[in-house]
Amino acid sequence: MAVQTSQKGPTGMTQKLVVIGNGMAGARTVEEILARNGDFSVTMFGDEPYGNYNRIMLSNLLAGVETEEGIFLNDLAWYQENGITLNAGVKVERIDSEARTVHDSNGVATPYDKLIIATGSYSWTPPMKNVHNPKRGYHQGVFAFRTLDDTRGMIRYARDHERAVVIGGGLLGLEAARGLQNHVSHVTLLHAMGHLMERQLDEKAGQMLQASVEGKLGIEVITNAMTTEILGKDRVTGVKLADGRVIECDVVVIAAGIRPNTEMVANSGLPVERGIVVDDQMRVEGQRDIYSVGECAQHRGSLYGLVAPLWDQAKVLADHITGTTGVAYTGSKLSTKLKVAGIDVASMGLIAPERDEDEVIVYNEPKKGIYKQLIIRDDVLVGATLVGDNSKAASLIQAFDRGTALPEERAELIFDIGGPAGEVAPAEMADDAQVCNCNGVSKGAICGAVSAGCKTVSGVMDKTRAGKGCGTCKPLVQRIVEWANGGAAEEDPAASWYVPGVPMPKPELMAAIRKYELKSVSSVFDKLVPGGQHDAKSKMGLASLLKMMWADQYVDERDARFINDRVHGNIQKDGTFSVVPQMKGGVTTPSELKRIAEVAEKYQVPMVKLTGGQRIDLLGIPKEKLPAIWADLDMPSGYAYAKSFRTVKTCVGSDFCRFGVGDSTALGIAIEERFQGLEGPGKMKLAVTGCPRNCAEAYVKDLGVVAIDGGRWEIYVGGAAGAHIRKGDLLTTVGSAEEVIRLTGRFLQYYRENANWLERTYSFVPRIGIDRIREIVVDDSDGIAAALDAAVEEAVQSYKDPWKERAVPATPGQFRTSLPLTVLPQVPVRS
Amino acid sequence: MKTLALTALGPITDIPPGEGRTYAVDGEMIAVFHLRDGSLRAVSAVCPHKGGPLADGQIDNKVVVCPLHLYAWDLATGCSQSGQPSINVYPVREDEGRILLGE
Ligand code: SRM
Ligand SMILES: Cc1cc2nc3c(=O)[nH]c(=O)nc-3n(C[C@H](O)[C@H](O)[C@H](O)COP(=O)(O)OP(=O)(O)OC[C@H]3O[C@@H](n4cnc5c(N)ncnc54)[C@H](O)[C@@H]3O)c2cc1C
Ligand code: SF4
Ligand code: FES
Repeated sequence: MAVQTSQKGPTGMTQKLVVIGNGMAGARTVEEILARNGDFSVTMFGDEPYGNYNRIMLSNLLAGVETEEGIFLNDLAWYQENGITLNAGVKVERIDSEARTVHDSNGVATPYDKLIIATGSYSWTPPMKNVHNPKRGYHQGVFAFRTLDDTRGMIRYARDHERAVVIGGGLLGLEAARGLQNHVSHVTLLHAMGHLMERQLDEKAGQMLQASVEGKLGIEVITNAMTTEILGKDRVTGVKLADGRVIECDVVVIAAGIRPNTEMVANSGLPVERGIVVDDQMRVEGQRDIYSVGECAQHRGSLYGLVAPLWDQAKVLADHITGTTGVAYTGSKLSTKLKVAGIDVASMGLIAPERDEDEVIVYNEPKKGIYKQLIIRDDVLVGATLVGDNSKAASLIQAFDRGTALPEERAELIFDIGGPAGEVAPAEMADDAQVCNCNGVSKGAICGAVSAGCKTVSGVMDKTRAGKGCGTCKPLVQRIVEWANGGAAEEDPAASWYVPGVPMPKPELMAAIRKYELKSVSSVFDKLVPGGQHDAKSKMGLASLLKMMWADQYVDERDARFINDRVHGNIQKDGTFSVVPQMKGGVTTPSELKRIAEVAEKYQVPMVKLTGGQRIDLLGIPKEKLPAIWADLDMPSGYAYAKSFRTVKTCVGSDFCRFGVGDSTALGIAIEERFQGLEGPGKMKLAVTGCPRNCAEAYVKDLGVVAIDGGRWEIYVGGAAGAHIRKGDLLTTVGSAEEVIRLTGRFLQYYRENANWLERTYSFVPRIGIDRIREIVVDDSDGIAAALDAAVEEAVQSYKDPWKERAVPATPGQFRTSLPLTVLPQVPVRS
Repeated sequence: MKTLALTALGPITDIPPGEGRTYAVDGEMIAVFHLRDGSLRAVSAVCPHKGGPLADGQIDNKVVVCPLHLYAWDLATGCSQSGQPSINVYPVREDEGRILLGE
């Protein structure tokens, strides 16, 4: 039976808990203790100068699929809110278990009643000549792959280099190699053993994996490659192998294994073997008040290098330290998945049979790179390896973890026979089946959050952390939340808000704005946000909406605009701006070209470039020079910076092209002329093309017009070829250019009024449905066509070229520089 | 943090409400913001992330959002809300229509 006692010390005072190591295990243990209302005053020491981040996601950060912001689990505010004293960037140098204090690198002694050691591991460097530089630590261009700083350094350095070598062909090495491909053109993976991931895969599976890594990813793999020396004096020029081969490279990443951080602990006289020796309550052997969790702990002879076991350890320790008796950690079963897009690898338990009676099931399809092996003992799964197809991984991990009886028909374990492919049904999952393998969240925990009142997917994810690791389990989390809700998950209310800072969806917000006649952004915050709190990140969306609703009557507060819309240029990485003059339909004249050329020379514009939108970009212009440049150009703004109507791309059409069946150039210019500068919830990019050969790419535009034989025009909407690729849906076919212009205006206005902030037409059109849009815009089934036409006409009439705002700045210091440009990354000048 | 001697930066009307402007003071680049609630805030002008010009960022009465990658910092404490290093904050106030920076 579990019994609760208080953690007050003998004197009834709150006890002092000190945690060494602010990594995944340390921070998680503290969270678990807080969740049990543990009454401690907590002090944490972390060698790294940050809050707590998800180390696993460093692979994704390197691969460019996650941002730094996205990998933080607890920012500094979390520590403050929970009354935790965080010594970030401070190393503990000694533990005095007699005096019950820890001594840190600042020379400060901190007393404890309870101490938790969670120092994790460091990246191990195999013996190699010239790997260290006596002054700098690692040789220049050589990196470990363990911390955020390592990863930042690697990205910064790799960006300007070409060839990388990764030493180590395990999980980490493979993920590093894949991530580096994002930064350099050539990556070689060196592995000292005979095949990749030899700790998780047998030889056959390792070879299949190698074939995929080389064939699909284009990473060169060399096995049996023992690196003996780093070459290069000031900077790396290559590495040398034991057989004398030299691999040229300018970046080296070492991912050859990890070793627990135990030196300080051993020097303090605590029991250390391979790791810090702990018992089943995670208590350091022979100590009453010192505990250890995470990769640094050695439990029943085992060390762990994955997060799932740490979660189990953290829970047991939290239970124990908050007074629940009778809890014990008995070890973890390990399963791993490789987080490399396009290469599926999962492994658990044994990689080869150990006993004669062990049943081995193998499926091998080399052409597709698929290999599956199961090892079964006494009808229980004791090992599985999957390469090239992870569809059964979830159910196998479950069977492996729980030791459940297996189906008679063994093939069902490796293939989906009947039934829907690969999807575990929430109803059939056991309560303690692990759903999120990164954060150790079970189906039961997810259902618990739902029954405690958290009905949305994002809410459950925030509360339980499920899906917040590598993210591969998100679809399953969603299915479970839906199932636990008895069907559909409730929508996250905030997800439907137009902007994050005003709690209303767009129709309601527009109604309230109309009702109270709110014509400025600050009046919306004051009137519609409980407490009247302003929100910087909502201003731009509100400004766009109000401008759309009130046209000329909109009260323009300049601070509501993003900087681009304050100075009418696009801010660049170095704080300068780009200037893109309007060039309707991509058509220009010699005199216009001359003027642009003269301006570029006069102001020494660092780069002149043709854009993907058929016009000319002058890049790298200091803010203070913008008005003078506009005056000299004397062309209207092309609005390349705003969430607004951008361009109409055209082709040469019937005037010149031997295939042209419609005057696409003239129509494109007319459309751009009419709708120039029109703000919207997202960018609006159009095209008109002279025949279905589609040289102006009209099928993939927000609105694209295609001339077809017989003087007719097809109008496509909702197309895209940016971050998303989508062929537009045919809205209708019309018989005249005037009709195209009218329907264009009507469609754009319908989009402006109904799309969410930043929702491009490629999401908006499928959300509403093309049939419904056609009913409204073409057939006028709702009787609003005239109103849409009138509204867009009003907006068109209120257009003013923003570049006219140059003689007198709109606000004091509108064009004053905001930075000394010398401290910024400089944009290279191309001659 | 370096302390700055009391310096008058000019009239408060130089900074439109809700916006920021950069001032070079004693070798430091300082972004001064004029909040919509009327008060002033002063922080280091250069974004610690990748050198973005913070004075060009959007603000509310609490935070500034850097214009380059949209990370946010608390204007009163300088703390990042997204795991970035903090920015310096400087004392600043209005005195009879003038901006007074430092102490
Ligand atoms: C200048 C230009 C690249 C070039 O040198 O050709 C460009 C430059 C930028 N594009 Fe683009 N895009 C440019 C044509 C395109 C095109 C092609 C086109 O317009 O025909 C596309 C695909 C079509 C589309 O819009 O989907 C395109 C899809 C994007 C996207 C992805 C949008 C999406 O939802 O899929 C972004 C990011 C965003 O909007 O959030 C983006 C964002 C950007 C930004 C504004 C990034 C930023 O926020 O600073 C770039 C500004 C760079 C700078 O420092 O000034 N740019 N961008 C092109 C300007 C065209 C023009 O004359 O106006
Ligand atoms: C790139 C990468 C990808 C990974 N992918 C996966 C994966 O997909 N799945 C998985 O399960 N695992 C993965 N791992 C492993 C996982 O990150 C670790 O198992 C986990 O972080 C271990 O947690 P920990 O708290 O024990 O150690 P850590 O997270 O390393 O935390 C220890 C902390 O203690 C600090 N510290 C050490 N000594 C001191 C001292 N004396 N004083 C103060 N502070 C100190 C360290 O600086 C560190 O911040 C990956 C690891 C890396 C590097
Ligand atoms: S594709 Fe567009 S957003 Fe990306 S770097 Fe090029 S210009 Fe910038
Ligand atoms: S430079 Fe400021 S957020 Fe990136």
